[in-house]
Amino acid sequence: MTGRLIQSVLVLLVMSFVVYGLMGLMPGDPIDLMIAGDPRLTPEDAVRLKVLYGLDRPWTERWLRWLGQVLQGELGYSRLYARPVLDAMAPALGNSALLMLSAMALSLSLAIPLGILASLRPGGLVDRLVNLAAFASVSVPVFWLGLMLIVVFAVSLGWLPAGGVESVGDGGPTDRLRHMVLPVSALALAGIGQATRHMRAAMIGEAGADYIRTARAKGCGPARIVLRHQLRNALLPITTIIALEFGGLFSGALITETVFAWPGMGRLIYEAVMGNDFNLALSGLLLATAMTLAGSILADMAYQRLDPRIGKP
Amino acid sequence: MFKRLAPALLSVMLAAPAWARDELAIGITQFPATLNPSIESMLAKTYVLAFAHRPITAYDASWQLTCLLCETLPTIENGLAKVETLAGGKRGIAATYTLRADARWADGKPVTSDDVVFSWEVGRHPQSGVAAAELFRRITRVEVKDARTFTLHVDKLTFDYNAINDLRLLPAHIEGPRFKSAPAEYRNRTAYDQDSTNPGLYNGPYRITSVVQGSHVVLEPNAHWGGAKPAFRRIVVKAIENTASLEANLLSGGIDMIAGELGLPLEQSLAFEKRHGARFAVITKPSLTYEHLDINLGSPILAVPEIRRALLLGLDRETISRQLFEGRQIVAESLVPPLDWVFAADLPKATFDPARAAVLLDQAGWKPGPGGIRVNAKGERLSLELVTTAGNRSRELVAQVMQSQWKKIGVELRLKTEPPRVLFGDTVTRRKFPHMALFAWYSAPESVPRSMLHSSMIPNGANNWSGQNYTGYASPAMDRLIDAVEVEPDKDKRRLLWREIQALYAADLPALPLFFRSDSFILPKGLKGLEPTGHQDPSPYWVENWRWE
Repeated sequence: MTGRLIQSVLVLLVMSFVVYGLMGLMPGDPIDLMIAGDPRLTPEDAVRLKVLYGLDRPWTERWLRWLGQVLQGELGYSRLYARPVLDAMAPALGNSALLMLSAMALSLSLAIPLGILASLRPGGLVDRLVNLAAFASVSVPVFWLGLMLIVVFAVSLGWLPAGGVESVGDGGPTDRLRHMVLPVSALALAGIGQATRHMRAAMIGEAGADYIRTARAKGCGPARIVLRHQLRNALLPITTIIALEFGGLFSGALITETVFAWPGMGRLIYEAVMGNDFNLALSGLLLATAMTLAGSILADMAYQRLDPRIGKP
Repeated sequence: MFKRLAPALLSVMLAAPAWARDELAIGITQFPATLNPSIESMLAKTYVLAFAHRPITAYDASWQLTCLLCETLPTIENGLAKVETLAGGKRGIAATYTLRADARWADGKPVTSDDVVFSWEVGRHPQSGVAAAELFRRITRVEVKDARTFTLHVDKLTFDYNAINDLRLLPAHIEGPRFKSAPAEYRNRTAYDQDSTNPGLYNGPYRITSVVQGSHVVLEPNAHWGGAKPAFRRIVVKAIENTASLEANLLSGGIDMIAGELGLPLEQSLAFEKRHGARFAVITKPSLTYEHLDINLGSPILAVPEIRRALLLGLDRETISRQLFEGRQIVAESLVPPLDWVFAADLPKATFDPARAAVLLDQAGWKPGPGGIRVNAKGERLSLELVTTAGNRSRELVAQVMQSQWKKIGVELRLKTEPPRVLFGDTVTRRKFPHMALFAWYSAPESVPRSMLHSSMIPNGANNWSGQNYTGYASPAMDRLIDAVEVEPDKDKRRLLWREIQALYAADLPALPLFFRSDSFILPKGLKGLEPTGHQDPSPYWVENWRWE
């Protein structure tokens, strides 16, 4: 485990160098863009602002300075949001985590039973219907799905708000819940197909295993075989999906957040990258990387828990 | 029990919030980064602050300079502005303003001359983070006459000497301690970002009472506002980046209106009007946003004036405007919009004339060649590249129509799109576009085009790629006219100089004029009093005139 942690820290370090370098290589800096958009800015303003924001320094020097700050526990100041990086990220992190966790929970709670159902009679009517639905789910672009949900449930029926995280002046749990319904549904519907297909394939794979035949021979009932024996092993690939999506919990879903005006990490990181806000972009991207690495470690641990043979010499 | 509760619970959960008629929810496409009036220039911030923070002067909806926080606009004629002779014989100006007696910060403190002095100190401090500091640098001294009256001594007599729209007031009693203890840290410590709901930061009819980052800003009336009482108990400005979602929010009642300053692009707004025009009032206001083609005059092909003239004559801009924008984008003849008083209406127009364009191209040595594309004596094709912003549907459409129109006169146009940060961060600012770049300028009424047309403003490595003369236009005559018009206080003389600028621009064609864009406001039919301005001073500066009827 210590080895994995050291490896993860090194990955983060390399990642920060690469991201900083790539952002440094992108054309134009924030001041260039300000000059292009504001005729009142004079050449001397441009020079003054570049010095003020440290943009006159090579990016390697800026990266080293940033690294020094981070090692002292200081993530720096977001130029775009005019506040400390942590202050800018905190509400967005919470919003993204809420959205993604809810979507994942909804998606899995539907995908697992559907995958099991489809695997019971491969090629049967239920299987074909589930496959069709799963295919539709993975094929439909999430932005289109989001807009359709808005058109139907917000515009035509007027049942739900079209966007945002809360009503102004309300913000109670019920209100938050109402605002979550559409974005969570869009994300869950878009993700459910993949999980269902994984679940179905894993269940079918396990159905032919020796231990299932043994269980049947011992006289175990079908429900017990499916739920107690087959499901336990079939959950392994689902664990991988959950682990891979762990990073996304805190980096957000850019398209969904944009369509539903949901102020989450996806939009925050996108705006930071486009606006050349080094401190914010780097912190956001590194957080996403760290979460993915953490997810991978958690997946390993879960694997060992579900199948104690994994990870043993 | 659950069976009884479920329908009730569901109806509560699904019930849409009802907006009271004394509230107004406005949709815009960006969220403001900082709320400090002086730091960064960003349209979203200007729009939101316009409800809560008044500048001393501004241009109104008829594009006339007006006092918002002052009593009388100082002029040489009314004696409140006096020409001064400075050391070295240079002419400067001393303009005296008196703040309105009822001007109050929303914490009840009066807006005073001390606030003016403090704001000037912040603006001219090199480390304060104020971006456009030219006005602050030009003011050499602020002479305080009394608590409300002050004289600005400016080191240059320009025709717009009394326009101090950029001198945005900061409350000295709140921002003073934050600035004075560490000026270099001020931009990170301003109360506008750290304590955004402090009423003392706002002097307009509204004050900001809630900021939910990335989502919305809530404004409520300033109890100490001395002007006409605003009609709304609460105004909410919501940021919805995706324009399809913006429309959906409007239709579902999540917002009441879409601001023209930062809302739907014109073609989307026109389509919306066709579908939902019965429910909403769609107002289009011609603006001074100047869509044009910057020409790289360093290109051997386009350095020839006849070719530039032929390209303009080969474009049917009237038809483009009619077909794509229902005629609501005014065809531009120069960089001055028809709504500006200095617009020279009597200058000849470059109307569509493909026959004349063909003659000009022939004369320039480009004869019809294979595939209908002209070639020169060396057999080179008359092939040009146009670069524009990726994702801007209007521009992409216009570029495609231009491509087909120019093909008819034997000019091949290759289209290229780049993300705005690449286009404006590198391609045009470093003059890397080989032939033409399609984009827009957004400025103020009677804005002198020094940064765009003066030869000293051509970006290059030596000046750290500053300046906006991306075409590389260097005309001693234009330089002289710009230098002269800037310091000419006499309106009649200035009108003549502006006429010469427009005539020279139309003759030299460093850029091909296309259209003046229209801002499109989608309003509820019951909302009255909102007057679009079409320039950089947004409509909420006059929010006290807005009301439901």
